[in-house]
Amino acid sequence: MAQEYRIVLANAGKIDPASLDDYLNAGGYKSLEKVRTMSAKELIDLVRSSKLRGRGGAGFNAGMKWGFVPETAPETYVVCNLDEGEPGTYKDRTIVEADPHLLLEGMAICAHAIRSKQGYIYCRGEYPFVVDHLNRAIEQAKQSGQLGDFNIEVRMGGGAYVCGEETALIESIEGHRGEPRFKPPFPGVAGLWGKPTVVNNVETFANLPAIVKNGSEWFASIGSPNYPGTKVFTLTGDVVNRRPFEVPTNTTIRELIFDLGGGIPNGKAFKAVQIGGTSGAFIPEHLLDTPLDFDSMRDAGITLGTGAVFVMDETRDMVDVVTRIAKFFEHESCGKCNPCREGTFRSYELMKKIKTGQATPSDVENLSTLSKVMTKACLCGLGQAAPTPILTTLEHFSDDYKRRLLAAIS
Amino acid sequence: MTNSIGELEKDSRCIFVIGSNPTDNHPVIGMKIKKNVLYNGAKLIVADARYTDLASIADVYLPHLPGSDVALLNAMMNVIIAEGLADQAFIEENTEGYEEMAKVVSSYTPEYAETITGVPADDIRKAARLYAQSGPAAICYAMGLTQHSTGTDNVKSVCNLAMLTGNLGRPGTGVDPLRGQNNVQGACDMGGLPNVYTGYQAVTNEAARAKFEEAWQVKLPDQNGLTLTETINKAHHGDIKALFVLGENPMMSDPDLHHVEAALKHLDFLVVEDIFLTETAQLADVVLPGACFAEKDGTFSNTERRVQRVRKAASAPGQARPDWEILCDLATRMGYPMSYASSEEIFKEITSLTPSYAGMTYARLEGKGLQWPCPTIEHPGTPYLHKDGKFSRGKGAFSAIEYKPPFELPDEEYPIVLTTGRSLFHYHTGTMTRRCQALDEHVPEAKLEVHPELADKLSIIEGERVRLSTRRGSIEITAHVTERIVPNVVFMPFHFTEAAANWLTQSDLLDPVAKIPEYKVSAARIEKL
Amino acid sequence: MIRLTINGREVEAPRGSTLLQACQLNGIEIPTLCYDPDLRLAGSCRMCIVECKNRPLFLASCVAPAEEGMVIETHSDQIMQARRVILELLAARHDFSCQTCDKNGDCTFQDYCYEYGIKESSFEDGGRRIYTVDDPNPFLERDYNKCIMCTRCVRACEEITVARAINVENRGHHSKIAVAFDGYLEDSPCVFCGQCVMVCPTGALTSKVSAGQGRAFEVDRVLTTCTYCGTGCTLELNVKDDRVVGVSSNREEEWSPVNKGALCVKGRFGWDFINSPDRLTTPLIKENGEFREASWDEALDLVAQRLQEVKDQHGPDSLAMFTSARVTNEENYLAQKFTRAVLGTNNVDHCARL
Ligand SMILES: Cc1cc2nc3c(=O)[nH]c(=O)nc-3n(C[C@H](O)[C@H](O)[C@H](O)COP(=O)(O)O)c2cc1C
Ligand code: SF4
Ligand code: SF4
Ligand code: SF4
Ligand code: SF4
Ligand code: FES
Repeated sequence: MAQEYRIVLANAGKIDPASLDDYLNAGGYKSLEKVRTMSAKELIDLVRSSKLRGRGGAGFNAGMKWGFVPETAPETYVVCNLDEGEPGTYKDRTIVEADPHLLLEGMAICAHAIRSKQGYIYCRGEYPFVVDHLNRAIEQAKQSGQLGDFNIEVRMGGGAYVCGEETALIESIEGHRGEPRFKPPFPGVAGLWGKPTVVNNVETFANLPAIVKNGSEWFASIGSPNYPGTKVFTLTGDVVNRRPFEVPTNTTIRELIFDLGGGIPNGKAFKAVQIGGTSGAFIPEHLLDTPLDFDSMRDAGITLGTGAVFVMDETRDMVDVVTRIAKFFEHESCGKCNPCREGTFRSYELMKKIKTGQATPSDVENLSTLSKVMTKACLCGLGQAAPTPILTTLEHFSDDYKRRLLAAIS
Repeated sequence: MTNSIGELEKDSRCIFVIGSNPTDNHPVIGMKIKKNVLYNGAKLIVADARYTDLASIADVYLPHLPGSDVALLNAMMNVIIAEGLADQAFIEENTEGYEEMAKVVSSYTPEYAETITGVPADDIRKAARLYAQSGPAAICYAMGLTQHSTGTDNVKSVCNLAMLTGNLGRPGTGVDPLRGQNNVQGACDMGGLPNVYTGYQAVTNEAARAKFEEAWQVKLPDQNGLTLTETINKAHHGDIKALFVLGENPMMSDPDLHHVEAALKHLDFLVVEDIFLTETAQLADVVLPGACFAEKDGTFSNTERRVQRVRKAASAPGQARPDWEILCDLATRMGYPMSYASSEEIFKEITSLTPSYAGMTYARLEGKGLQWPCPTIEHPGTPYLHKDGKFSRGKGAFSAIEYKPPFELPDEEYPIVLTTGRSLFHYHTGTMTRRCQALDEHVPEAKLEVHPELADKLSIIEGERVRLSTRRGSIEITAHVTERIVPNVVFMPFHFTEAAANWLTQSDLLDPVAKIPEYKVSAARIEKL
Repeated sequence: MIRLTINGREVEAPRGSTLLQACQLNGIEIPTLCYDPDLRLAGSCRMCIVECKNRPLFLASCVAPAEEGMVIETHSDQIMQARRVILELLAARHDFSCQTCDKNGDCTFQDYCYEYGIKESSFEDGGRRIYTVDDPNPFLERDYNKCIMCTRCVRACEEITVARAINVENRGHHSKIAVAFDGYLEDSPCVFCGQCVMVCPTGALTSKVSAGQGRAFEVDRVLTTCTYCGTGCTLELNVKDDRVVGVSSNREEEWSPVNKGALCVKGRFGWDFINSPDRLTTPLIKENGEFREASWDEALDLVAQRLQEVKDQHGPDSLAMFTSARVTNEENYLAQKFTRAVLGTNNVDHCARL
């Protein structure tokens, strides 16, 4: 029977998040003290060898990312991505609400590694209470001198989903239209105001104090070897326990839904699960034994994404669900690049056509071609991932489409 | 310009714009300056009675009263010397006359200058430091500096400032007059001036005269001739009897049009060669139709001394002919045979007589053109003058210059200062642009810019017609109330025949050296209609 | 230099080149819509995509650095298909009224549609968004029904003219090029320089002054120097049937050293005085206060005779010449030569100071 394993949520429910003393009593800010005795290089090596990989979606080795920041850069920034724009995802909020100092400590550890004096937390616009909460924690940490000369500011996002993408997020902090930049240059070389910048997810930062405290080997031994540690998943949809779970990364999808999540309510049968958020793949029954680590998932054609797990029972129609998703992307495309700006719009049109029984097989063909082009040709992750639900449902749930097409022909 | 336009886009670290509104009058240069300031971090100082587009992005804006330029510039130099920011090495090696200049300047403290210019002393200090300390610094000026009774003094002061800080002879530095018309530079280079032949060879210089007499096979006059404004005055007195006007429109462009009109009417004979029946042509005895720039071959020399090709694109209308053909024909008829197969052949004659153009040929002008001096056929041309502080005539001479007030200061009867200039959408006397459908539709009339304070005082509202008068005359014009101008000064463009500014300007008192009329300062009065 | 393989061929490119530059250097043509060598890179049209071995995504060659050892395909089936899809997506929003479009024959988008065989779009069912075409300014027509959102106009306005009059408004499929608050250019910081027209690859931005007077393939372009201010910008007069019908820019520094194709409103839109019905077409002689037409012979004989008379009666210094800051060097030279050698006086000047 699969079990939770808590690293980033270790203090959750055990300490008063509003109390710095509680955090200190639980061993807080000890890791930060420890890294101050280390050189930047030692710290980066430690994080690199822990194999901690980004928890914001792209799964990039965190230590390696920090290593891209030129050692001689006079000005660098640490940015925490708390945009959490994925519908159905609330893991970052959960972490920050339960244990805000954990994030601050993680960011300060990163700051030591890249010699940064200034950090930003880019917080989702819909989370104003989280901003207050964070500001209080920052104030406490500053007053008590925990952060040293590292300064952290919270910036509120404007509510656009694409602003979670790291370069759009940077543009947004700079006060520009929230549009992604092309990469390279990556933020590690030229980020905020053109200066080297590390952007990490909340959960990525939150793992750092434990890694520093317990060592890289300890962390690397948890879960799957290539994507070690834990991952916080938020369960939604047709599942009994709709709440966040932190599990080791070798847990399988089936274990997560059926052991921890309690299975499908009301005696219904499982149909599909979408993992990774709105742009996640739709996974059928036969892939449920895939472990929840980045590489195993990728090999199965699934992106781990942010850790949203949306479970669907047998009553759900995939065309309905995907049409709604297509509408979401049509609305959220920033409009910068052609394949996404026009493609998300036309995908939604075609999905509506299918949904209302007016589509022909050649429409489905067009949709599929368009989707494949988008995954490879779009400028940023939004456009590249937007067609995933269409492509995976066309692959695994083609009956749902065919039913509608038949209606059109008869 | 001592330097090149391109340097204003990247090399200059500070640009000091005085008496010039490049975004309206030299728009492409204005674009380059804006780019340098907004994207490449160059500093910008703007001195102008109008809050121009560039003023709005300037690091320091100096709204000095029209005619107070010398006081302003002397005060800047006062600060530079007092604070030890002068380039002593440059001064010692390359200049003379520093002591005399410094002595005069020493009494122009910023506080004293404030009383003359109306510019806060601290802003003068700020500007002086920026100009002296930012790295290569360029000064751009235009008619706003020269069209004064003290125009020559103003220009000398600007040169003083550049020499004082060693801002000459390197990319991004320089003293850059922005010439108003496409080929003013060329008209001067070609000896279209009463005192020089081509390339500024003086008519009073024996050797030069001998050279031209030899080349032209004719005896040449040895006295300087009359300037344009002097010619008009002499015509008025009856000493000038016949005048040939080639593509000029003094009945719009010259000061005090009543006086010009009387003078031209007094002539025995007036010939005008032009592309339109201009205000001046209407007074002519004979009008000759010329070809416009699109209908002939030749060259223009721009404000950075770059000689570039002009190419024939279409035939001239009707019987109109290129001016050079007409002149040849006329000379021949007057017993001096002139004949050239093409404009290129004329150009060859020019280069054979003009050292600074000697290395140019039409073939070499293809593409980028050439910037003079270009003395030999191998010479690549000269993007900036005075390289390494070397002046063509020995050392750069400082001039010690005292401030002199403009001739016509406001008084009880005419309490306001009128200043004139150009609009982005029109050109000079409007002959061409007023006949461009889109330009004329967009800006069909002259507007008098009046500050809200003054407008309030006179109870004038936006768009109201007013009477604007000076001692010369009066016109009716529409008022435009704007904070872009300082309170006691009003501005109007001079392109519009319906309300020609030059009915109001004066021509009696000229800059004693350059003979430039004081367009930028006339005492005026505004009345409600 | 670095080495890489493009379309099976080993090629070299200077370190720091983009893939697009590497291709261009080696004679391989890549279609581009948003790329403009004088403007900040956008990397947004995605027409220039190429395939790179071992990379899951296509690379936009205009912004992707060329790296040692890369194996690139620029025209593989996958890439061709992707480009066709992109063009079809654009075609679905584009108003194909080529027959009446001033850019017909000079439109990059049209060229690519031809090259990639785009006759119609598979994505047109939902119809186009219709934009109103009613900017009242007299200079430039803005028809965003033809816009392909390359943003070159926005960048030209911001980076060349530094006017920042136009921008991308709204998001996603609703995004469009607009003046702030969807207003008119006249109420914006626009200076009507037409740099946006110069860079627009389609017929979305065109000159109202030239409208309907000649398409690119019908006109000759004659490189010359602007007749207005002293900046000395280079421009091209567009000539059809011996008549100037417009102005275009040559953007090569080699041919446009001062302005690299940038112009101001006068240079770009102020050429039609050339064809004005007010132009003088014959010599005129005034008789009894009225002008009458005359032949060249008659007029010049009269001028020669009258000037000679005055010279003989009152001496050469009673004559004067105003030459001009607007005519050519050659003409100025002859004017002063005429004054000095023929009239015999140094009384020659022009309005340099005015
Ligand atoms: C459309 C889009 C939205 C994204 N939203 C988020 C987000 O809300 N939170 C997040 O941490 N990363 C998000 N990302 C991923 C970020 O771009 C970036 O990879 C991440 O913040 C890096 O942190 P990590 O290395 O710690 O995962 C998003 C990416 C895309 C393409
Ligand atoms: S893929 Fe979509 S969201 Fe990303 S840059 Fe392109 S238009 Fe914007
Ligand atoms: S005409 Fe010039 S200023 Fe106006 S929008 Fe176009 S580029 Fe910008
Ligand atoms: S108007 Fe022209 S230049 Fe501007 S985005 Fe549209 S197609 Fe591109
Ligand atoms: S285009 Fe404009 S800036 Fe350029 S020379 Fe002509 S008038 Fe001057
Ligand atoms: S040309 Fe490269 S993305 Fe547009």
